[in-house]
Amino acid sequence: MEQNINYTEIGLIAGLEVHQQLLTQRKLFCHCPSGLYTKDHDGVVLRHMRPTLSELGEYDGTALMEFKSKKNIIYLLHKNNVCTYEMDDTPPFLMNQKALDVAIEQCLMLGCDIIDEVHVARKQYLDGSIPTGFQRTAIVGVNGRLPFLGRELSITQVSIEEDSCREVSDKGHLIVWRTDRLGIPLIETVTGPDLRTPDEVVEAILLIGRVCRTTGHVRLGLGASRQDINVSVRGGRRVEIKGVPQAWWARRLVHKEAIRQVNLLRLRDELHKRGFRTADDLVIKHTDVTSLFKASQLAFLRTENWDRYIAEENRRPGMELGEGPFCVRAVKLTGLINTLNWPTQPDYSFAHELTGRVRVIAGLDQQPILIHSEKWPNYKGSQRELLRVKEKIGCSSNDSVVIIWGPLNDTLTAAEEIRIRHVDAVNGVPNETRQPFVDGNTDFERILPGPDRMYPDTDSPPISITRQRVKQLRAKLPPPPWEREELYGAVGVPRNTIHFLIRRGDAAIVDKVVGMCGADIRQACFFFGEWLKGMRRDGAAVDTISIERWCDFFKLIAKRPVLWEARKQLVSLIANAPEKTIKQIVKETGLKTKPSGWENLVKKIVENSQLDPNNNSYEKQFRFYMGQILKELRGRVPARSVIAVLQEKLHKRII
Amino acid sequence: MKSTSDELKGYKGLARKKLIEWGVRVWSDVRVINDAGSVFEGVILPRFGYFDDLHLVIKMKNGYNTGIHVNRVKSIKEIGYKKAIYKIPEKEFPHSDTLRNVTLLGTGGTIASRLDYRTGAVIPAFTPGELYGAVPELADICNLKTKKLFGVFSENMAKQEYITLAKTIGEEIAAGADGIVIGHGTDTMGHTAAILSFMVQQSPIPIVIVGSQRSSDRPSSDAALNLIHAVRAAALGDIAEVQICMFGPTSDYYGLLHRGTRCRKMHSSYRSTFRTVGDIPLCMVNKNNFEYLTQDYLPRDTERHVMIYPVFNDRVTILYYYPGMNPDLVDALVEKGYKGIVIAGTGLGHVNKPLYPAIKQAIKQGVHVVMTVQTLWGYVQMYVYDTGRDLLDIGVIPLDNMLPETALMKLCWVLGHTDNHDEVLRLMRHSVNHEITEREPHNGYLILQGGLPEIEKFISSHWK
Repeated sequence: MEQNINYTEIGLIAGLEVHQQLLTQRKLFCHCPSGLYTKDHDGVVLRHMRPTLSELGEYDGTALMEFKSKKNIIYLLHKNNVCTYEMDDTPPFLMNQKALDVAIEQCLMLGCDIIDEVHVARKQYLDGSIPTGFQRTAIVGVNGRLPFLGRELSITQVSIEEDSCREVSDKGHLIVWRTDRLGIPLIETVTGPDLRTPDEVVEAILLIGRVCRTTGHVRLGLGASRQDINVSVRGGRRVEIKGVPQAWWARRLVHKEAIRQVNLLRLRDELHKRGFRTADDLVIKHTDVTSLFKASQLAFLRTENWDRYIAEENRRPGMELGEGPFCVRAVKLTGLINTLNWPTQPDYSFAHELTGRVRVIAGLDQQPILIHSEKWPNYKGSQRELLRVKEKIGCSSNDSVVIIWGPLNDTLTAAEEIRIRHVDAVNGVPNETRQPFVDGNTDFERILPGPDRMYPDTDSPPISITRQRVKQLRAKLPPPPWEREELYGAVGVPRNTIHFLIRRGDAAIVDKVVGMCGADIRQACFFFGEWLKGMRRDGAAVDTISIERWCDFFKLIAKRPVLWEARKQLVSLIANAPEKTIKQIVKETGLKTKPSGWENLVKKIVENSQLDPNNNSYEKQFRFYMGQILKELRGRVPARSVIAVLQEKLHKRII
Repeated sequence: MKSTSDELKGYKGLARKKLIEWGVRVWSDVRVINDAGSVFEGVILPRFGYFDDLHLVIKMKNGYNTGIHVNRVKSIKEIGYKKAIYKIPEKEFPHSDTLRNVTLLGTGGTIASRLDYRTGAVIPAFTPGELYGAVPELADICNLKTKKLFGVFSENMAKQEYITLAKTIGEEIAAGADGIVIGHGTDTMGHTAAILSFMVQQSPIPIVIVGSQRSSDRPSSDAALNLIHAVRAAALGDIAEVQICMFGPTSDYYGLLHRGTRCRKMHSSYRSTFRTVGDIPLCMVNKNNFEYLTQDYLPRDTERHVMIYPVFNDRVTILYYYPGMNPDLVDALVEKGYKGIVIAGTGLGHVNKPLYPAIKQAIKQGVHVVMTVQTLWGYVQMYVYDTGRDLLDIGVIPLDNMLPETALMKLCWVLGHTDNHDEVLRLMRHSVNHEITEREPHNGYLILQGGLPEIEKFISSHWK
């Protein structure tokens, strides 16, 4: 398998959809608290989704797929974080205007033009991730751009939307969702198809992340930002890798998807060579072969084992379990020999593409989901069994066979999906949404939906955004990351530290203490970007210190620079006593005044201290005395002054 | 270009002026560039009347709609014109000799529909072919025939519609239908169920009223399942009464058949909004089964002859009593010629003393005044307190546990027959179909109170 590929040569194109939750008290279309997650539930609702007819009287591809999968959908509710809106039993309330303000602010950071009148749309999702069957979403900004690697990254659009449910489990025909996350406001930032290498994709994710976090009005933490990566190669089609949790995953994901598409295009060429050019050229037939495997060593193909499996897995009829008796079905792929083993990615072949569809759409999920003639398992009598199947369905040496098993109706759906996936193969790369794994591999999630699934939300009135509102929000914007990079970089702060400050929102505090409290910019950057990390590691609650208290702290430092030397003690006290003012804390430590006659203290310590006679080099002596003295004087007398006096004393002694 | 009003549908004031100036219209496929250099490509949509006159709405290629302030438009160019004509795909509804015949009567509520993806307008599916396209499961239940009677919202159902509906039911029964389903908006479904219970008596077949709480253009709609349940109840169910068929729980689980005279919409938006009040529902219905909850119903019997009484006097009103109500309200009703007043009284059926003379005067002038309770559950009991006895003395008719809306419908119906007070009294107090029940079972009043430990235990262990 080819590992090194030239991305320019294969025409790799990638773009992003970055989702970022907004930091608001309440959800987007109801008054539930936002960001409150729960592990348990106190209510359960069962629902199903039906596709609605599209503009041309047809069903959207994704919608139809989801309907074919006949999913029973269960929602877990907790009354602390959901109301009847999330259950789809109450119409939406008016859009959360604070969330809209944050979204506008984000758009401005991304260099977007703000939409004059926001219209809420419904975007259909039939996988159950949203109980209504659609996500409420609205474009807020368009036409943005960001400086990126010496050129520009274009931002096509930014929309505000409600977050979806979290998946709890997906077993056969039953999918279970937790509703706590549902309705949290987020923005989706869509970039142009401007990215050309996996590294660029990673950089772009990080850049957008920095821009979004600059305002401090977005949520942080796992799941608060997720990105979809759209990838295609020349001749291929857009594939969406959905919900990539961390930027660095993208490097492998994009690389492997590029390889996958290149190989699927090669398979297409091979199929064309063999005369398969349209769906009509394909002859794919299937037969019930349950009886052939009655005594098979492949336990999962025997009826009694299936019954045991169902009992163990607690697959309930009408819930997890599909309809019909247990069935083993052989699908004959006429003239398609050596396509199932066709390599698509390292460790994966075309058969894996079929596995994904069978699992998701037909709901047949017992491992290994399918077996096939080009990689038939090895066991006693295995070849004889394969031969019997081939005979029964009339295989020639040019044909291949796929075996699937489970409830009869599901095996029929699976056989049809195997045919459809081959039709896609004749056309090259199908538009799909794929689920990412950390190793860079992906698996089929669903068919990529088209614009047909969008329609207006008749429950929500349009919202006019006045230029006055935009102007007011623009006036309060913090500097964009690249300006901070330049500013902090100029005083010698390393890039990593700068990015850390921006990502965590500490850059806003740096700007404030520098701008308002007379702090030194370099000092402040290192303090928040590096030094505090140590305190945090030691368990000090430094993140609970408000921006106002940091301001008071730095104002005091500006007045009495010597206090800086006692910052460890002070910060720890400030974090532990949120009820006290900074001044109070300093007063209580006695650091407020310079002790008179401190030179005598230095003299006393030097004269009275016992030194290790074997360990009395000048440096060691110096360090020892300094430690003793600073215990008393740190933060009250500048270390520099202490050093001068101590040096004088020690010199005298040595001489 | 001269633009007709339809070509600029919904645009007024400044926006309209600009559209005319630019020579574009609704359904123009345009390319707009605004003062920030942003490009918007898509189709100009009609605008709703209540929106402002400053924005132009475009359906963009990615499916989103967006409004552009007309003063920010730098250039606009018409690239094409895409007027959409929407149609529901029709597939011929299959006929099977082994299945029963059900007639679906349409009143205007949308049971199955499709959304106009551009404007958001709902296009109802109604012919058997359209319904088959939307809910193919129906073909396994019955042979379906549809009749569109009118296209009104449920709040616009009134005298003429009720009469037409009752007569049509009679005709369909005569024509040999095995069951009738009525598609209806949910808001006044209870009123229609009540009046039909009086207008159509001794039906040989089920008459099932159905609707939806989430419109059928939504993937999570309850419409298809309600329709399946209703058609099953009409084709295969045993209850030959006027009944409402809507979700039992909010889950896609089972429907309930409620008696037409005892049913009420209890939540403005919940799926499980209909509840039988003061009694238990008749039956649970799902895709495979009927579970009858009572034996006390009129069973299907094709030999029985239906009686249709399509009369209605709409000079009847309902007076929802509140403390301090002024008697001149009653005077005004009399003056305006109202012939019947249903009072929804407090407690056991009370109003304040200052109202008595006005009520007395009304009755004297031939107005029929009946008493129900605004508590919905429980009986009118006017003998307990002096005040109640006084009202009885002046001729107010107590209606026991009849629901206020049912009483309203019944009084309209009774006054369509007669104006004779004694006759009105007799008819109102004579129960046609459980609008007054002699007994209230203790599970007929059940409003679970959330928050109580035992209730929390129950609701967290059952599908909602």
